[in-house]
Order: sequence, then structure tokens, then C-alpha cells
Amino acid sequence: MTSYAIFLGCTIPARQPNYELSARKSLDKLGIELVDLANMTCCAPPPVQSIDFETSLAIAAYNICLAEEAELDLVTLCSGCFESLAMTNAMLKADEKLKAKINKILSQAGKQFQGSKKVKHFLQVLMDDVGLYRLKQSVTKPLKNLKVAAFYGCHALRPSELLKLDDPEQPRILENLIEALGAESVEYQNKLKCCGGLLRGYSDELALELAREKLANTSKASADCIATLCPFCFVALDIGQVQVRAKFNENYDMPVLHYSELLALALGINPEELALQTHKINTDKILTKIL
Amino acid sequence: MEHEEGGKTISSAFSDAITSRLGGETITLCYQCGTCASSCPVAKITPRFNPREVIRLSLLGAKEEVLSSDSIWLCCSCYNCQERCPQKIEIADVIYALRNIAFEKGYIPDIYSQFASAISNDGRIAKVSQFMENKRPTLGLPPLQPTGVEALRKILSATGFGKLKQKEESP
Repeated sequence: MTSYAIFLGCTIPARQPNYELSARKSLDKLGIELVDLANMTCCAPPPVQSIDFETSLAIAAYNICLAEEAELDLVTLCSGCFESLAMTNAMLKADEKLKAKINKILSQAGKQFQGSKKVKHFLQVLMDDVGLYRLKQSVTKPLKNLKVAAFYGCHALRPSELLKLDDPEQPRILENLIEALGAESVEYQNKLKCCGGLLRGYSDELALELAREKLANTSKASADCIATLCPFCFVALDIGQVQVRAKFNENYDMPVLHYSELLALALGINPEELALQTHKINTDKILTKIL
Repeated sequence: MEHEEGGKTISSAFSDAITSRLGGETITLCYQCGTCASSCPVAKITPRFNPREVIRLSLLGAKEEVLSSDSIWLCCSCYNCQERCPQKIEIADVIYALRNIAFEKGYIPDIYSQFASAISNDGRIAKVSQFMENKRPTLGLPPLQPTGVEALRKILSATGFGKLKQKEESP
């Protein structure tokens, strides 16, 4: 059995049991074991990089050390965690001087970064350890007639030189994974543009404007739902949609689902086990369409 | 070396401060082509942020103007500009370097000071409430493992992150 240490991060256990449940149940069904390690912390994503970049590298490296000690590769669900951990892993593996500097800090916490493990996004685990062929074979409830707008967000893809998940300008991994579930992946304008998630809290107004554009463009493309990879994109588009409705009087009624939720449904997992009530935008019309 | 031009003190000291920082190393490669600005989703919707302008002002040595403005906090960290820069300037990282300097100088937006406190106090940016912890088994989720707050505090004290916070707390 393939095993990974799961890195949950902060936002998912704090607010999105729907993401965690669908990812855990799907991977379990696909024969991938997740191990919960003790003593992990915040991953040190862009907000922490903004305060002190060196600290963020040390925090990320500390968490990678825990996986190294357990002799497991890491899988992240959140793209913010992925960016921070995969970027740090790549930077420290490539730069001995930087690694020595960070290890000096880590020695205070009794850790040393070796660079012996991989950090993967949930999508990469699906591609590397399951593959599109076996994924298609595992689908028991194909998402026929469902038009899905793939939304990558930023930090699954960029900075691409360090993350190496897919081409940053013309990615295909998410569309391929959507199509493997029997759904249709629909194209829409400015697909790769930011959700505005990281501006929430600093400039809610600008954040909302970026989210609003995503909602308008996916609606125009007649998508039935948006598929996200990151809890911040989910918040920006799901809760954001309620805010857009209040502020601009625009009602998109566009369900936002994590890719893992679509996957779980296609694998035949009972929707009642997926905490779909977490969503602000009701998902019933998606369930009606596919079940 | 400093001289006056257009009423502003032009100084290489500021760009030296930026290039000596983690993430800021590449800023001096900029030739102001504007690829960053035309790739920026925020610049498209507001005149308050323009990555090309932030770099230009920084290279001109307009230290206070850059560090005290809200402009550097409006980058959404999408890395579009960084992907496309023909000079391979790590623009999003340059913005982090500028924010790091601003933070040290005490220019700290409220939300970031909240992030800093949350990390130091809880080891997490978003705290998991007791309500959510209690709800996990009923949802079919395994119990949450303990957070490594102790180890994290040692790291924060080794990097001086704790001092940054003190500065922010003593006006």
C-alpha cells in the first residue's frame, strides 16, 4: 500500500471538513494510506513569507523534517501549504548554503532538514499513484452531463520552476482528472487568474472584485459548478459569492466544489458522509444532476 | 553615493538593502518593460498597485514612499509576473522582501499583525475551535494531532520573529 503523511494545514481542519472528508475517503478507496503525524504546525504560506521569508522557510522545513523522520512523502490538500512546503523543499535541496542556514535555525528545535522526501499536491498523488486509467476504472457514478469549470488558483502551479506541477500557462492536469470522472471540463475566460483570496482581510473590496470576475466568467461558460483545489479559493468563491450577491445584487448560484468532492461522488461515496452542508452555495442541484 | 534628482534622494542603499534580502536578490535586473504590470490581476482593477512602479520607486531609492505605502500589500501573490518576467526577476519574492523590510520598520497592516500573533500563540494561522475538534468524530474524521507549538516558538526565537512582534506591540 502506498502511504503518505498528510499535511492538513490550518484552514481545512478549522473550516472545511468537506475537503478533508472527501480527500480521505477517496484516497482510502483508491488504496492510498494517509498517516497523521504529531507536532505539525502552520505551513508558513505567503502571509508568513510576507512577514519574514527566512522564518517561513524554517517553519516549512521543520514540517518536512517530521515527514523525513517518519520516512514518508508528504501530501497536501491546500495549495497554500503545497506552495510553501514544495517551494521550501526545492529551494533547500538546490542550495547547500541556504540549507545550512536554515538547519542552523532548526537545530534549536532539534531538527535537521535532509532533503530526502517529496512534497506532493493531492492532484499529483492521484496522477502518480493512481493514474487516469485506474481512476476511470474506479468510477462507479460517472459525472455524466456535468459541466465543470476547472479552477487551478495560483499556488498549485506557481512558482512553476520550484513547484513543477504542470505548465503554468497551459496546465491540463485538473481538466484530465475532471474528464476521468466522466464530467465535461468547460473552458472560460481568464481561467488561470487569481481568486483574490490572499487579499481578503487586507482589501476585501479588491478581493471580491477578483472573485466576482471568476463567477461571471464561469457562469457565462454555462458551467454547472467550479472545481477548486485550495481552501482559500473555495472561500473566495463560495462565501465570496454570498458577498457578491449582497454587494452587487448579482446571483450566480454557482456551486463550488473541491475536486476531491467531485471525485468522492464519482467513486460512489454517499454524499451524506461528505459534510456538504459546509458549502454556502447549496450543492443539491449538482447531486440531482449526477445521482 | 547619493545625489538629488527631481526632489528625491536617489540612493543605492535601498536597493542594496533589498538585494541582500532573501527573495530580493534579482530586483536590479529590471529594465522596466512592464510585462509584470500587464500580467497583474490587481493592477488591472486598481491604480493603487503596479509591480513595475513598485520596482521603479525602489530602484530610485524612494524608501519611505515604498515602505509606507499600501501598494506593497496589494500584491495577491499570484506569481504571474514572476513567471513572465523576461529578466527572470523574482517579482513576487521581491514584494515579500519589501514587506519584510516594512515589517521591520514597523509598517504593519492589522491583518498581518494578527497573522504574526496567531503563529506565535497557536502555531497556526487559523485556530481550530473546540467546536470543530468535538465535531470531528461525529463527521467520521480522526482526532487532530497536537500542534508543534513548542518547536515553532524555538524556531521563531532563533529567527528573531519574536522581536518583530515586540516592535509591533511597543508603539
